[in-house]
Amino acid sequence: MSAEGHDHEHSHEHEHHHKDTFITKYIFSIDHKMIAKQYLITGIIMGVIGVVMSMLFRMQLAWPEESFKIFNVLLGDKWAPNGVMANDIYLALVTIHGTIMVFFVLTAGLSGTFSNLLIPLQIGARDMASGFLNMISYWLFFLSSVIMVSSLFVESGPANAGWTIYPPLSALPQAISGSGAGMTLWLVSMALFIAASLMGSLNYIVTVINLRTKGMSMTRLPLTIWAFFVTAIIGVISFPVLLSAALLLIFDRSFGTSFFLSDIYIAGEVLHYQGGSPVLFEHLFWFLGHPEVYIIILPALGITSEIIATNSRKPIFGYRAMIMSILAIAFLSTIVWGHHMFVSGMNPFLGSVFTFTTLLIAIPSAVKAFNYITTLWKGNLQLNPAMLFSIGLVSTFITGGLTGIILGDSTLDINVHDTYFVVAHFHLVMGISALYGMFAGIYHWFPKMFGRMLNKNLGYVHFWVTAVCAYGVFFPMHFIGLAGLPRRYYTNTNFPLFDDLQNVNVLITTFALIGGAFQLVFLYNFFSSIFYGKKAVQNPWRSNTLEWTTPVEHIHGNWPGEIPEVHRWPYDYSNPAHDEDFVPQTVPMKEGEVVLHH
Amino acid sequence: MTSLLVIIVLVLLSIALWQLTKIFDLTQVGSIKDDSQVANDGDNNVQGYLMFGFLAFIYIFTIYGLIKWGPLVLHTPASKHGSMVDSLMDITWVLIFIVQAITQALVHYFSFKYRGNKDNKALYLADNNKLEVIWSGIPAIVLTGLILYGLYAWTDIMFVDKDEDTIEIELYAQQFKWTARYSGTDNVLGKANVRLIEGVNTLGVDLSDPNAQDDIVVSELHIPKGKKVHFKIRSQDVLHSAYFPHFRAQMNCVPGMVTEFAFEPVYTSDEYRAMPFMVEKVKKINDLRQAKSKELVANGLPALDPYTFDYLLLCNKICGASHYNMQMKVVVDTPEDFKTWLSDKPTLVQEVKAANAPKPVEGAIGADSTKTNDTAVIAKIAMK
Repeated sequence: MSAEGHDHEHSHEHEHHHKDTFITKYIFSIDHKMIAKQYLITGIIMGVIGVVMSMLFRMQLAWPEESFKIFNVLLGDKWAPNGVMANDIYLALVTIHGTIMVFFVLTAGLSGTFSNLLIPLQIGARDMASGFLNMISYWLFFLSSVIMVSSLFVESGPANAGWTIYPPLSALPQAISGSGAGMTLWLVSMALFIAASLMGSLNYIVTVINLRTKGMSMTRLPLTIWAFFVTAIIGVISFPVLLSAALLLIFDRSFGTSFFLSDIYIAGEVLHYQGGSPVLFEHLFWFLGHPEVYIIILPALGITSEIIATNSRKPIFGYRAMIMSILAIAFLSTIVWGHHMFVSGMNPFLGSVFTFTTLLIAIPSAVKAFNYITTLWKGNLQLNPAMLFSIGLVSTFITGGLTGIILGDSTLDINVHDTYFVVAHFHLVMGISALYGMFAGIYHWFPKMFGRMLNKNLGYVHFWVTAVCAYGVFFPMHFIGLAGLPRRYYTNTNFPLFDDLQNVNVLITTFALIGGAFQLVFLYNFFSSIFYGKKAVQNPWRSNTLEWTTPVEHIHGNWPGEIPEVHRWPYDYSNPAHDEDFVPQTVPMKEGEVVLHH
Repeated sequence: MTSLLVIIVLVLLSIALWQLTKIFDLTQVGSIKDDSQVANDGDNNVQGYLMFGFLAFIYIFTIYGLIKWGPLVLHTPASKHGSMVDSLMDITWVLIFIVQAITQALVHYFSFKYRGNKDNKALYLADNNKLEVIWSGIPAIVLTGLILYGLYAWTDIMFVDKDEDTIEIELYAQQFKWTARYSGTDNVLGKANVRLIEGVNTLGVDLSDPNAQDDIVVSELHIPKGKKVHFKIRSQDVLHSAYFPHFRAQMNCVPGMVTEFAFEPVYTSDEYRAMPFMVEKVKKINDLRQAKSKELVANGLPALDPYTFDYLLLCNKICGASHYNMQMKVVVDTPEDFKTWLSDKPTLVQEVKAANAPKPVEGAIGADSTKTNDTAVIAKIAMK
C-alpha cells in the first residue's frame, strides 16, 4: 500500500495538531469517531420518538374505544380531543414511525454509526478518505432529522400516507390532511437524507478501497467491513432512484406535472392530470425500497458475524462463503423489488419473474444462517450482552425470514398482501433483527466509543425482556394477518368479522408496552455508563481486529505511532498453533504456521 | 383509574427489573469480585441456561399460538382457485415449521451446550465446502419445487382466457366507498372516464357508448355461485385495493388504469354461513359482542347488533383518513337468485333519465357544456 509514506506525514502533522476547540471537537468534528457518536446519539433520539409513536398507535389498536389522557398530552387537543386519537393522526403516527425507524434509526443510526466508527479503525486508516465530506454528511442528516421532526408540528399534520408515500394519496392535499405542508417537509427531509447518505456511502467505498493498511488485503477484511462496503455500494446504486421519485413527486405536487397522476376526480372536481401512473412511482420507490431492507440488515449481519466469532472464540465459519453470500444478496436485492407489487396491477408476467428472483435470495440467506449456527457449534461461548443480541438476531432473522417464502411467492401474496402478516414478517426479519444488530454493536463497541463499559447485568435484563416481548408482539401478529386483517386500519370495530381478533391485539399491545418500557433500562445504562461506567481496558473482548490496538482515549488519527501492519485474517480464534485463544491481526505468522482458512 | 393502573404497572416493572438484576448479581457471588463487565463463567452458565429456556419459550409459545389463535385464521376458501392457493400455503407452512423447529433448536441448544468455560478451548474450524454446498443445495431444490408450483398457480389465477365464459363486473373505488357496475345482457362494460362524472352518473360512464346502454350500477355486490366473475377494477381518486379475503383475491385499484382479477365463487353466502367452522366462529364473535353489549347498556349506550356472516370486500391500500371503514357487502347467490336480483335493477341509462326528468333543461346544458369544452380543446390542438 502506498499509504505508508502518507501515514508518516499524517502522524507528524498530528503531533503538532493544535488544540481542538469545543466546536471543532464535539460539533463540527471531522473525526470519524466523533461523527460515529453523533450518528448514534441522533439515531437513539429518533429511535425514542419512533418507539413512543408505535406505543401510542398500539394502544389505539388494542383499546380503540377508550380515551387516554396520554394521547391528549402528547398529541394535543387538535389530534386527540379528550384523549381520543383522531384517525388522521393515527395514520400519521404509523407513517412517521415507519419513516423514522427505517431511515433515521436503522439506516443512519446503524450504518452511519458503525461504518464511521469501524471502517477506519478496522482497516487501519487514520480517518475517512474525506473527513470534511463525512462531517457534511452528518450535518445534512441532522438537518433532515430536524425537518422530519418539525413536520410533526405543522398545522395540517405530518405526512400520513404511509411510509411508502404512494401517490395520488401523497400528492393531493384534498385526499388526506397530511399531504399538505407535512408531505412537503417529508419530501425535503428525505431529499436531504438521501444526499447525506450518498456522501457517507461514497466516503465508505473510497476509504475501504484506498486506505487499507499494509497487509490488509480484501480477504483479510473483517466481515463487518465487507458488509458496510457492500451496503454502501447498494446505497449508491439505489438511493438516487428514490431521490428521483421524490423530485418527480414534488413536480407533480407543486408544478402541475403528471408523472404519477392521471384521471382523478376528487372533492367534486376533475383534476387536470393525465397520462401518469402511480405504478411508476411504486417501481421507483421499491427500486430503493427493497434494497433498503438489505441496506438495513447487512450491516447488522456484519456486526453479528464479528461478535459471534469473537465471543465463540472460534473463526467465523465459511468466511469466503459469507462474503459470497453478502455479494449475492446485494446483487439479488436490486432485482426483486417487484415482489412488493404483485397485486399493484402490473403485468402478471412480471410477478412470475419477481417470484423467481425473490425466492433465490433465500439461498444466500440460508447459507448465512447455517454458517452462524456452525460457528456456535463447539465454540467456547462468552455470553456477553452483545453475544446474546447477536444470537437473538440469528433467531429472529430465521423466524422472520421463513415467512418471506410465503410473501415472496406471488400466489400466496395475493391474500396476505398488506395484512398484518406482512407487518409481522418485516418487523421480525429486518426491524427487530437489525435493532438487535444495532444493540449488539453498541454493547460490543461501547468501550471503543466511550472508553467505558456498559453494565452487563442491565444488558442481560434488557436483552431477555426485549427478546420475550419481540416474539410476544410479532408472533401473534402473523395470526391476525392470516385472518385477513388489513394493516393501517385505525380501528377494526367497523368489522364484526374481526371482533375475535381484539384479544390478540390487546396481548400484542401489552407486550409492546412492556418491551418499549424496558428500553429505558438500555437508555439508562447507555447514558449513565458514558460518564460513570467502569473504565475499559484496551481489548476487553480479547478480539483480533485492529480497532482494539488503538488507545482507549481517542486521539485524532487513531494510532499514536505508525499504523500497524496486518499479517493474518481477523478470525484466528483458538488457533491450535498459538497458546492464547486469540491471535490479533497484527501478530506475524510463525515460521511454518499454516494458513488454515484458504 | 388508568393513571393508577399505569403507576402500578410501572412499580411492578421496576420491582421486576430490580429482582432480575439482583438474580444476575447473585450468580456472581462466590467468584472473585469481578466488575470487568465482561461475561465470566458464572454469567455464561446462567445465560446458557436462559438460552435453553428461551428455546422452550419459543416452542411453547408456538404451540399455544397454534391452538389458541389457529382457529382465527381464514378457513375454507370460497373460490375455486382458493383451494390451490391454500394447498400451496399448507405445503409451505409444513416446510417452514420443520425448518423453524430445527434451526431454532440448533441456535439455542448450541448456545446452551457450548456456553463458555475457562477450561475449554473452541474447535478451530474455519470452513468446509461440502457443508456449504449442502446448505445452499437443499434450499435451492426445495425452493425450485415451491417456485414451480407457485408459478403454475399464479399463471392459472392471473391470466383469464379471452374465450372463457365469465361475467364482467366493474368494481369502482373512491374515498371511502365501493360501487359495482354490471355489464348487462351484452356482458361488455361501456367505456368510462372520470371526466364524464356528472350527477347520477357517478362512475363517469360514457352514456353514448352502445355497450353502456344496459349497464347497471349498484352498491351491493351480488355474484353467482359456479360462474367465473371477471372484475375490471377502477379508482377515481387514489390507490385502493380490492381485497376479498374469503375468496383469496386481491387487486389494487389504480386511477388512470383498469386492473383485473377473476375468480369463481364455490359457496353461496348461505352455504358458507352454515359451515361448522363458521357457525362456531360467529357464535364466538356473538358471545364477545354480547359481553360488550352488557357493558355498553350499563353505561346507557345502545347494545351491539348480533353478527351474521357476510362475505366482504375490504379496502386494503391506505386511501385516506377513513380507510378503515371502506367496505362492501358481497353476496354469493345461486345462479337463479342472482338473475332475479339483477333483473330488478334499473340500468344506469334509466336512472340518469329519471334523475334528469324533473329538470331536463339544466341537465342537458350541463352535458352539452362538457361536450363543447372538449370540442373546443380538440379544435385548439388541431389548430396547432
